[in-house]
Amino acid sequence: MATTVAHPARHYLNDGYGIASWLLTRDHKRIALLYLAGVTFFFFIGGAMAVMIRLELATPVGDLVTDETYNKLFTMHGVMMVFFFLIPAIPAVLGNFLVPIMIGAKDLAFPKLNLFSWYIYMCGGLFTLYALVAGGVDTGWTFYTPFSTVSSTTNVIPTALGIFITGFSSILTGLNFIVTIHRMRAPGMTWFRMPLFLWSTYATSLINVLGTPVIAITVLLVAAERLFHFGFFDPRVGGDPVLFQHLFWFYSHPAVYIMVLPAMGVVSELVAAGCRKPVFGYGFVAFASLGIAVLGFLVWGHHMFVAGESVYSALIFSILSFLVAIPSAVKVFNWTATMYKGAVSWETPMLYAYGFIGLFTIGGLTGLFLAAIAVDVHVTDTYFIVAHFHYIMVGGTIMGYLGGLHYWWPKISGRLYNEGLAKLSAGIIFVGFNLTFFPQFVVGYLGMPRRYHAYPPEFQVLNVLSSAGASILGVGYLIPMVYLMWSLRYGRIAGSNPWGAVGLEWTTSSPPPTENFAETPTVTWDPYEYPAVDVEGHVA
Amino acid sequence: MLPEALHHHPHPALAHHFDDIGQQSEASTLGMWVFLVTEVLFFGGLFLCYLVYRSRYPTAFARASHELDVVLGTINTAVLITSSLTMALAVHAAQLGQRRLLVVLLLATMALGATFLGIKSVEYYRKFEECPAVLVALHLPGGEEGAGHACHVPGPGFSFEPAEHARHAQIFFSLYFTMTGIHALHMIIGLGIMTWMLVWARRGVITAEYFSPIEISGLYWHFVDIVWIFLFPLLYLIGRHV
Repeated sequence: MATTVAHPARHYLNDGYGIASWLLTRDHKRIALLYLAGVTFFFFIGGAMAVMIRLELATPVGDLVTDETYNKLFTMHGVMMVFFFLIPAIPAVLGNFLVPIMIGAKDLAFPKLNLFSWYIYMCGGLFTLYALVAGGVDTGWTFYTPFSTVSSTTNVIPTALGIFITGFSSILTGLNFIVTIHRMRAPGMTWFRMPLFLWSTYATSLINVLGTPVIAITVLLVAAERLFHFGFFDPRVGGDPVLFQHLFWFYSHPAVYIMVLPAMGVVSELVAAGCRKPVFGYGFVAFASLGIAVLGFLVWGHHMFVAGESVYSALIFSILSFLVAIPSAVKVFNWTATMYKGAVSWETPMLYAYGFIGLFTIGGLTGLFLAAIAVDVHVTDTYFIVAHFHYIMVGGTIMGYLGGLHYWWPKISGRLYNEGLAKLSAGIIFVGFNLTFFPQFVVGYLGMPRRYHAYPPEFQVLNVLSSAGASILGVGYLIPMVYLMWSLRYGRIAGSNPWGAVGLEWTTSSPPPTENFAETPTVTWDPYEYPAVDVEGHVA
Repeated sequence: MLPEALHHHPHPALAHHFDDIGQQSEASTLGMWVFLVTEVLFFGGLFLCYLVYRSRYPTAFARASHELDVVLGTINTAVLITSSLTMALAVHAAQLGQRRLLVVLLLATMALGATFLGIKSVEYYRKFEECPAVLVALHLPGGEEGAGHACHVPGPGFSFEPAEHARHAQIFFSLYFTMTGIHALHMIIGLGIMTWMLVWARRGVITAEYFSPIEISGLYWHFVDIVWIFLFPLLYLIGRHV
């Protein structure tokens, strides 16, 4: 692509300098970068916990940390990664940056609320960090009662309040996206001209708005139970601990879709741009996002097959859980069909898209094992579960997040990163990821339970493989940190459209001006209108 | 769409990223509705807990609801419904641009809201003063004088007659304090919003063209009222004849 282009004279990054111009900004693009800093920070804290966990599990005996410390490590790893990285990562960073630009708006509907959301998020995160520094919490990220309400003597309340506070950030960001997509679209930007990333962001926002308040009241009840001994979840006064599980999973199962739906949206964009073709079956992919959001609310009971659920409700939850496979498979098949006879690229974002599709397929198919009651009873609370959800959350969400970050990095920063290093690290991440988590399927199926710091010696080989993979994965995550930072200063100037992609975000300069567009665009074209090419790749 | 003249003189409250004040008002109204949906789900968790335990322990819940002051509860219901009326009238006054009437009606709404909270705190205090442990914990007078006849505040000091229902009655009172407490918190936030609106109304920010802040504050206020309309029968009325 053209290398002689220069930065635009005026863009959002040079529109004001100094700390205050960032901390008091109302520009959605700057707020996206504030979130980028926040989620990266919490990702590395959660990652440090993972390093400790994998080091401990390299040997069968508990020799590195005590069992109590190990409990605190996996709890904090889960809490940090789920609530402070995976849930906000794509919506709050890429969504914040892209939603207004993709619909041709100047900003989100409520810019002050957007900034406020970031402060709430950081405040909740620091609260949870306090719980960590003050001695940690040992309940697991699931806070099951009555252990969390009666037995645990660790910092349950600060952690619960941290999650409660951060929940408002999810709710307000979701609210902001919903209103923005409804009310701020540029002339001609009809619903079916929107990029698929917006459909999945919209579906995610619905889950945020409907699910997050339920976890908010749930953790509030846990805190109240500890403080005032209310007895909601205490069998001694007739309370029901399983009621907590219902409330918890009513949010926390849909939360899985909060994590993966935005990644699916990213992958739709990457596949279209990487194949220079419209996404096959646009309407199906769009409605599959909404279908996943709706069905996602009806399957929480599959987390409780062994928790004394009646056979009949387990049966219903099992069938509904199988149904989620349909919209998920629609997406996978449509991405694949998009690639068919496409001018398929091997650039970094596309590598992540390939990674996502493969790993999400494994994660999704093993999810079907777990929807089947008999298999689930066998593998409940084993490493099979751990492997399954890491394939979705790490193999799915983080692949989508990194792919999106690479794809839009030239737009965000105005500069290109080192493509060779980026491809290398994408490969390292893919290999490291599979080496880490595939053995966990095996060791889990063989019966190794999760959440123990010691295990029978016959599981050591698989655990050592997993720990070795984790160290490779860690390197893979550190390399992008380096070359992306490097590119901020030394990268080649990207120009407004380095990928030759379509979409409103590529029509404005890189980095975009504060108001996103010199003039409000009028949209007269369908999404992904790539020119047809002949077999040699020439535009027909 | 708005009259052409308004485009030439943008409303002073128009934010830079909206095309016109109509779009801005539509956005904020939709935003409040979405927020209220989250509130429904937030209270929904509590109502679910109530539903589960009411259906499991109907007798204990019916007995326990006798221990609430139905007279004060009824008065409070009337007070709150009246505040919804003054709020609806305030929105009407805002739409007509009647600034003075708007200020009066907002003040009336706030006064009724404060009355509700006052009566509610009398009810709370009557429960607290029967529990020496709670009085001591809250540094209120009377804690040293020993026990009253029954302590209905959940916790280690809880007691209830007949004793066979004491365990399940504790869940009832846990629900009572949690649900009405969170409702009262929403009322306090509502009073804060009304104070804010009062300042805007007096400063003349609210006009016949730009009244959506009053409208969406009203939506919030009515929502909090409706929550009470459900809480009152669930906690005070059902099973009173038993």
